Amino acid sequence: MAYALQQLINGVSLGMIYGLIAVGYTMVYGIIGMINFAHGDIFMIGAFVALISVVMFVSGGIMEGPAAILLVLLISMCITALYGWTVERVAYRPLRGSFRLAPLISAIGMSIVLQNYVQVAQGARVKPIDALLPGGVTIVEHSSFVVQFSYMQMLIITVTLGVLAVFTWLVTRTPLGRAMRACEQDRKMAALLGIDTDRTISLTFVIGAALAAVAGTMFLLRYGVIDFYIGFLAGVKAFTAAVLGGIGSLPGAVLGGLLIGLIETFWSAYFSVQYKDVAAFSILAITLIFMPTGLLGRAEVEKV
Amino acid sequence: MTPAALKDAAITALIALGLFAPIVGLRTDVGQTGELILRQRWGDVAILVGLAFAGRLALLGWRRYRGEPKPPSAARTEAIRRAGTFVAPVLLAFAVALPLIPGTGRYELDLGILVLTYVMLGWGLNIVVGLAGLLDLGYVAFYAVGAYSYALLATNFGLSFWICLPLAGILAAFWGILLGFPVLRLRGDYLAIVTLAFGEIIRIVLLNWVSLTNGPNGISGIPRPTFFGLSFSMSGEPDTFAGFFGIEPSPSHRVIFLYYLILGLALLTNWVSIRLRRQPLGRAWEALREDEIACRALGINITATKLTAFALGAMFAGFAGSFFATRQGFISPESFTFIESAIILAIVVLGGMGSQIGIAIAALVMIGGFEVFRDLDEWRMLVFGGAMVLIMVVRPRGLVGHRTPTVALGKRRSISAEHVAEGHG
Repeated sequence: MAYALQQLINGVSLGMIYGLIAVGYTMVYGIIGMINFAHGDIFMIGAFVALISVVMFVSGGIMEGPAAILLVLLISMCITALYGWTVERVAYRPLRGSFRLAPLISAIGMSIVLQNYVQVAQGARVKPIDALLPGGVTIVEHSSFVVQFSYMQMLIITVTLGVLAVFTWLVTRTPLGRAMRACEQDRKMAALLGIDTDRTISLTFVIGAALAAVAGTMFLLRYGVIDFYIGFLAGVKAFTAAVLGGIGSLPGAVLGGLLIGLIETFWSAYFSVQYKDVAAFSILAITLIFMPTGLLGRAEVEKV
Repeated sequence: MTPAALKDAAITALIALGLFAPIVGLRTDVGQTGELILRQRWGDVAILVGLAFAGRLALLGWRRYRGEPKPPSAARTEAIRRAGTFVAPVLLAFAVALPLIPGTGRYELDLGILVLTYVMLGWGLNIVVGLAGLLDLGYVAFYAVGAYSYALLATNFGLSFWICLPLAGILAAFWGILLGFPVLRLRGDYLAIVTLAFGEIIRIVLLNWVSLTNGPNGISGIPRPTFFGLSFSMSGEPDTFAGFFGIEPSPSHRVIFLYYLILGLALLTNWVSIRLRRQPLGRAWEALREDEIACRALGINITATKLTAFALGAMFAGFAGSFFATRQGFISPESFTFIESAIILAIVVLGGMGSQIGIAIAALVMIGGFEVFRDLDEWRMLVFGGAMVLIMVVRPRGLVGHRTPTVALGKRRSISAEHVAEGHG
């Protein structure tokens, strides 16, 4: 029981990270109907920017504690958002209105570019950092097993919930959110009604990238080790989460992320670590076969 | 050079500064105590920002000079199509004659084999993506199935290449059907992501099922192919190729044989897809690509049509896989990563989706170009990815962006690619 509780805590904190990335996928898919294949690598860029700022501020002894984490988070969000914007501007916008495989290929190309760009610029070796926020709260203490809720996991869950709250407010209560939802429903009509769709799409990418940066920073702080290749697997799993929750649905993305995180953690804990990715991908295939619209997705009405 | 252009370029430079300053300007290195240290490289950042500024100015200037881009006219696509009818035989003749051309060494032949392998894979995937319109991002899984089938059958049971080749094809086709069944109801991007997941599952299983596949260490000592039972060893015995024909033993015999083998396999793929396109099955594929609902309404069996496309595409990947295994003599899961699937898909899309000659040219350009940049080492993939984006932005319809109907009533007219909608399947 204690073991399961520990896995639950681990699974939720991992799931939050997947959920944050999944939101970026689902937003972009909802608004322009393409798989932003480079989104996983945007997450990786976020982790690297966070790494560089951690080394700059914390290891240099300039700042420490929660203030440093907040600063690192902000820097990572700004720079990564800029990357998200640039990727959209360079690789996707010229292809708008083209046939639908073109942006996908372009996105795969962009993903290769970002991965290798970071490899060339930062080296291929894994980058370790020291824990910024060590320790935690012991919840259950057994003779054989100690359930620990680390401060880092608490931070991940709090920050994610906070960021998601701000994001939900942005989408449901602001003019920008209204424009985004309008574009999602019908881009042409939205344009006719005077919404600057190009700007809205750009901002969607910026917000998605900022959320991915939060995920990247949390990933770095939680696991302490990153390399240029982390984006691919995290990206595929986050996309799986988005599909599982119902693509286009924002709460669905977070729910899907949590589920994927839990499945992966429990599978590793009780069955085998090697096949944890197989478990996540099998869930994806099974969901799509029996529930093609995902958990919270809307059924697509097909008109001929 | 107007002030507006200068302002635009200045903004671009500013954005470039924001992008490159942290990632390029501050490099993290593992120091002597295991701690990360920062190394500053502002010179590189300055160069990149300067390049962004100059590049933006050049782009704006080029746009002003060229004016509005013209949409491709039907006459132009017709002209390209006519040129295509000449290019194809010339390319084929060149491919057949390559080993005989004086000055062709081991390196050129190896490159030729590599390019032809990708041409074959491109043509195989084209059946799934180009003809049937089913977006498959896990094609490399079938390539892996073919390679491992041959490697395991040959090393465990001592079966020869020529028995294993059809077996590998059948096994891969079987896996194609196995994957096809669950994804029958999925469309477009969902299909893409499930096939990607499938490709990853196969790779992870190959990596972790150590007792069967030897895990990450791979399988080595895979038997080399024989020429109707005659091996290509250097001993000169009567039962070797050189000994039987009474010629001087040479290591190039095997390379030339492998070259013609893959050329033959590739041409077989091409021939089968061209023939099938004219058959009811091929027409059903193309109809499925254009409109699935109309297909259903007309009574086409969607299940059979999709499954045959998956099975045939997978079968050719299986052939290519067992060729790959016999050529390398060693395989490991590392050869079957997602990037391979992406490269093959890129070849199909860059080739113009459904155009056989376009795919051949795309494979030549991509793989050949990849070899040209061999000296760039880690920059190579960067250039490769950049080229993928660039070609898509400049020519989203691929290199040969036109299509003539396979079957036509009366006069055959060329359809501009702008009018066909593919990839919705």
